[in-house]
Amino acid sequence: MNKLLARLNPVIGVILLVLVWWIATLLQIADPVLLPPPQKAFKALVDGLVSGPLLHDFAQTIYRTVLAFLIASAIAIPLGVMLGAADKVYRSVEFVIDFFRSTPASAVFPLFLVLFGVGDKTKIAVAAFGSVLVILFNVAYGVMNARKTRVLAAKVMGANRFQVLKDVYFWESLPQTFIGMRNGISLALVIIVVAEMFIGSSDGIGYRLIEAQMLFEMPTMYAAIFAAGALGYGMNWIFLTIEKTFVHWGGK
Amino acid sequence: MLSRTRAAMRLVKGGTVEAAPSVQPADKSYRWFPPGTHITVRGLSKQFQGSVLYEDFDLDLPRGKVVSVFGPNGCGKSTIINMIAGLLPMDKGEVLFDGKTIDETRIGYVFQNYREALFPWLRAIDNIHYPLKLMGLSRKERNERVEKLLGRFQVKIDFNRYPYELSGGQQQTVSIMRSLVMEPEVLFLDEPFSALDYEMTLFMRDQMQKVFMETNTTMVIVSHDLEEAVYLADHVLLLTRRPTKIADFIEVPLPRPRSADTLSDPKFVEIKSRCLEIFRREAKLS
Repeated sequence: MNKLLARLNPVIGVILLVLVWWIATLLQIADPVLLPPPQKAFKALVDGLVSGPLLHDFAQTIYRTVLAFLIASAIAIPLGVMLGAADKVYRSVEFVIDFFRSTPASAVFPLFLVLFGVGDKTKIAVAAFGSVLVILFNVAYGVMNARKTRVLAAKVMGANRFQVLKDVYFWESLPQTFIGMRNGISLALVIIVVAEMFIGSSDGIGYRLIEAQMLFEMPTMYAAIFAAGALGYGMNWIFLTIEKTFVHWGGK
Repeated sequence: MLSRTRAAMRLVKGGTVEAAPSVQPADKSYRWFPPGTHITVRGLSKQFQGSVLYEDFDLDLPRGKVVSVFGPNGCGKSTIINMIAGLLPMDKGEVLFDGKTIDETRIGYVFQNYREALFPWLRAIDNIHYPLKLMGLSRKERNERVEKLLGRFQVKIDFNRYPYELSGGQQQTVSIMRSLVMEPEVLFLDEPFSALDYEMTLFMRDQMQKVFMETNTTMVIVSHDLEEAVYLADHVLLLTRRPTKIADFIEVPLPRPRSADTLSDPKFVEIKSRCLEIFRREAKLS
């Protein structure tokens, strides 16, 4: 009995949530149109994925998010390593990075719309912009907090500046880099979903959400929310798994 | 090519000046040094947070000998070897190895904190390979060198493990091997055994002695343990409180290999108590 409970432990929260939801719809606490019973939302999710447009939306959102994230990483990781290694240079640009990191990415939508026009480019560019700063900041700090002993060890063995960057700083900052990448991809997803809602889209989870809302198709809306949630959770999980095998020395 | 000519000129500078102190030129960098000297330190000055640590400090370290550096707390034992090894900038002064600068010299350095000195993202064996990679050796040459070194050490370590999977003593052994594999002209060790337990320390001392007897590499060891300093060394460099001067440079003419019996040898005991006496005098001063 105890064993069974222990195994069920992680899903108890999920069961409770669905149960409360179901009871709420049974007792008609909320308007049944606004809060459909869980089985209806679940059916909409399955239907949408199997025969409806949701699978395509899902794929489009993943595509945009991952592309934005890859662009961001390709810029932020090398730049972060270089800036972190020259901490005087970093100090001089730190304010700019911090400022734009603190700026809500949605505030630059109008600017990017002017620059890139209406379409996928703008969405991806804004998401990449937000993501770059988060990753850059983390990588640079990872490098600045590198163990000085390891850097000295490499120098004493005859490593030149580039080799120290590539063989020590890069690896030293990797645990922190992963934190940055995890935050970066979450942020990219947030921005992409918001952009899909409001910037000339014809697909994507964000578009599906706003369309369902306008058509008052509440089960579809809930289904899209779950899809977005699953996407965010899944990306985080993938990163944690990669991190565990890749940064095996972390904290040791 | 240019740097080699420069090095040669410096050698001539040192060499042409005769032993008699009376003919020494005013310029201190020309000062005479005894035959068999490997490392010359001239006019070294270093301030640390506003207070003078070293002022116009001169030092000659012999070739193919082990020198222990010992002195009161805060006198800058590690600082001096770090400056000589080029890890720490000096305010003024010059350090030459056989007339060559640090950039022209292959040195090895063993850190006290092996945990922070090894690369945890590389397996132990790849840590040892790393300096050879930096030297641009081919895989085959590297393997040969590493095999030779492993044969010499004969320790039971699984070199395919990552450093954090090894015990402290094993990690420091890997660290020492990494510094020896490039066959350094000078090996610096900064309190290499102070983070190890006593049993491991004894074992490592003997390992170091073996390595020294086989390679005759010039070694400079910082130690905070007088027994260890005397046991390992051919010369003990005793330092004063800051501003740091040389208190004494005591020879330890005990035959190698030294063993546990050496520790109770009357000659060893006598040298150790002489060092202790000087140390006490210097530690109390000021």
